Amino acid sequence: MIASLFAAQACAPSECFAVPANIAFGICALLMIGAAIKVVTETNIVHAALYLVVVLAGVGVNYLILQAEFLAVTQFLVYIGAIIVLFLFGIMLTRAPMGRSDDLDNAKLRPAGIGAAVMLLVVLGGALLSSFGETHLVFSTANSTTALSDAVFNQYLIPFEVVSVMLLAALIGAIVLARRD
Amino acid sequence: MLLNQFLLLAAILFSIGVYGVIVRRNGVLVLMSIELILNAVNINLVAFGANSGIAGQVFALFVIAVAAAEVGVGLAIVLLIYRNRRSVDIDQLDELKG
Amino acid sequence: MFAIDPLLESVDGSAVLIVLLKVVVAFAALMIAVMAMVWFERKVVARMQNRLGPNVAGPFGILQTLADGVKLFFKEDLLPREADRPVFRLAPYLSLVPAFLVFVVVPLGGDFSNDRHGVVSWFGKETLVQVADPHIGILFVLAMSSMAVYGVMLAGWSSGSKYPLLGSVRAAAQMISYEAALGLSLLAVLLNSGSLSTNEIVSGQSGWNWNLWATGVVPFIVFFIAATAELNRPPFDLVEAEQELVGGFHTEYSSLRFALFFLAEFMNTITMSAVIVTLFLGGPNGPSFGPGWLQAILPTVWFLAKLLVFLFVFVWLRGTLPRLRYDQLMDLGWKLLIPLALGWFLLLAAFKIGQDEGWNRAVVGVVGTVVILLGALLISMAVGTARARRAAVEVEA
Repeated sequence: MIASLFAAQACAPSECFAVPANIAFGICALLMIGAAIKVVTETNIVHAALYLVVVLAGVGVNYLILQAEFLAVTQFLVYIGAIIVLFLFGIMLTRAPMGRSDDLDNAKLRPAGIGAAVMLLVVLGGALLSSFGETHLVFSTANSTTALSDAVFNQYLIPFEVVSVMLLAALIGAIVLARRD
Repeated sequence: MLLNQFLLLAAILFSIGVYGVIVRRNGVLVLMSIELILNAVNINLVAFGANSGIAGQVFALFVIAVAAAEVGVGLAIVLLIYRNRRSVDIDQLDELKG
Repeated sequence: MFAIDPLLESVDGSAVLIVLLKVVVAFAALMIAVMAMVWFERKVVARMQNRLGPNVAGPFGILQTLADGVKLFFKEDLLPREADRPVFRLAPYLSLVPAFLVFVVVPLGGDFSNDRHGVVSWFGKETLVQVADPHIGILFVLAMSSMAVYGVMLAGWSSGSKYPLLGSVRAAAQMISYEAALGLSLLAVLLNSGSLSTNEIVSGQSGWNWNLWATGVVPFIVFFIAATAELNRPPFDLVEAEQELVGGFHTEYSSLRFALFFLAEFMNTITMSAVIVTLFLGGPNGPSFGPGWLQAILPTVWFLAKLLVFLFVFVWLRGTLPRLRYDQLMDLGWKLLIPLALGWFLLLAAFKIGQDEGWNRAVVGVVGTVVILLGALLISMAVGTARARRAAVEVEA
């Protein structure tokens, strides 16, 4: 096997990684779908949060496959490192039941939920397949982090500032709501 | 790689998230389902952006920031509900019903 | 796809083998370093407390860690009855894996002087003396250190026991709080280096142009304190405060699983020291002299020497400082470190703009400091007014 590795011809990364990227995507997509279903069906709330971590990590891997490294690391840093930890924190502050709890789902709404989800999926899937059936992705090897920062601080500066003001407002709002007085 | 791989994955995640929002009663779990939806949108943005410049990534970044804000405020509200009613069951919050 | 290691310009069999070799060597080096670190800490702390420390197993007791490992390996593996089994089993790995991964982006050697960017030639291939050099290197470190919260938090929750739960909630609050200070002090370095890649950051510090003084010493101090808190090391070890919480989040753990937490803790200390060396002390940069073979290993020697200084300081802090109270810890993080790091970052940014526009440095410095102090004064006045009003309301009621 090692000999065959050596015999393999040298190739540029963009060609070399096409097949591995597809395999990675396949595994990752299956894991994500399975975990996402567990997030909405799991009866233990902390486990649901952990399955959500799997989905979010899968999204991060998808960003890596799409060569959006900065987004991928932001996904890990903000989503997994902060948002889910916040969720867990919230769960632990509002009792963290160890076993399964039966009052998490509204059983009456289950058929409606399944119906809505399946219909949405059929409509979205049909639309996507008919519009982008044969579109291939073309990757560039440019450093997307530099391009991203250039875009954020030139073309999208005002939205960026608005987002930062909104974050500040949310921060103050959260403190005002949650403080005990 | 096909563009549709990513778009279909996102569509599936989106549908699962919608199911979660409809069916779940616990406030924290509804917020988690909303996270699923937001992430599906983000995959779409980045996948579309892969072929046509950086704008998709910029907006995905904004969505992440907005999600952080949303979770912060959302959890504060859930905490407040818990403090007032000793439960986070959002189906019981129907005082405004006529 | 995400490395700018010259090795991956074109991929073939030998490139794959070199990458594998680097991974194995980094893994082994880290494991050995952890074992040595456990011994080093016990020995140094013992000397500071006027004891002998481990001195039986091997020369100077250096094999003590191995002996402890064997002992833990043969102990009974307990699973508490109330525990959430899958999560309880998973948690130790969640704290070990991020500790390993941070090490991946740290440049361990290579010549960075004269724009050589630490490129070395191995087996006829050009490569870097670090496992990977992603464009977003230093953010990866932050992401992994934020991932470390999971191990602690889930270990505490899944034990199904109150002291571990208390310990883990404390830990999560502490680690999230200090991550903000960590990130803000890091910004100063990024502003100075203009890159997120660890390789670029080290290259920018060649020729004694270390970030330690290039950014003013303040970001370094903030980063160091925040890193100590992030590591849950004394004086910020409230997470496992033995006197209050029995043993904190790993009270219910025993045998190999406990050993994994123990390893992760020491591994985090080493990797965090390595990150500090990379960010502020120029990584493997240092004077170069002597014959060719010596020049080849000197950068690694400098790196290890700097690393050892920090490891000693961490142990020293443990031997010297008493533990903070929980409210003191939060006050230090939110009311001192974060504003300080933020203000310093704004000042550095003002200097940077002043440099680009050709303004007088002294004027920029004075105006910037006055504006920041004024802002701080206004905020503290606002906070003071709110507090006084609340106190007045409480008196009436």
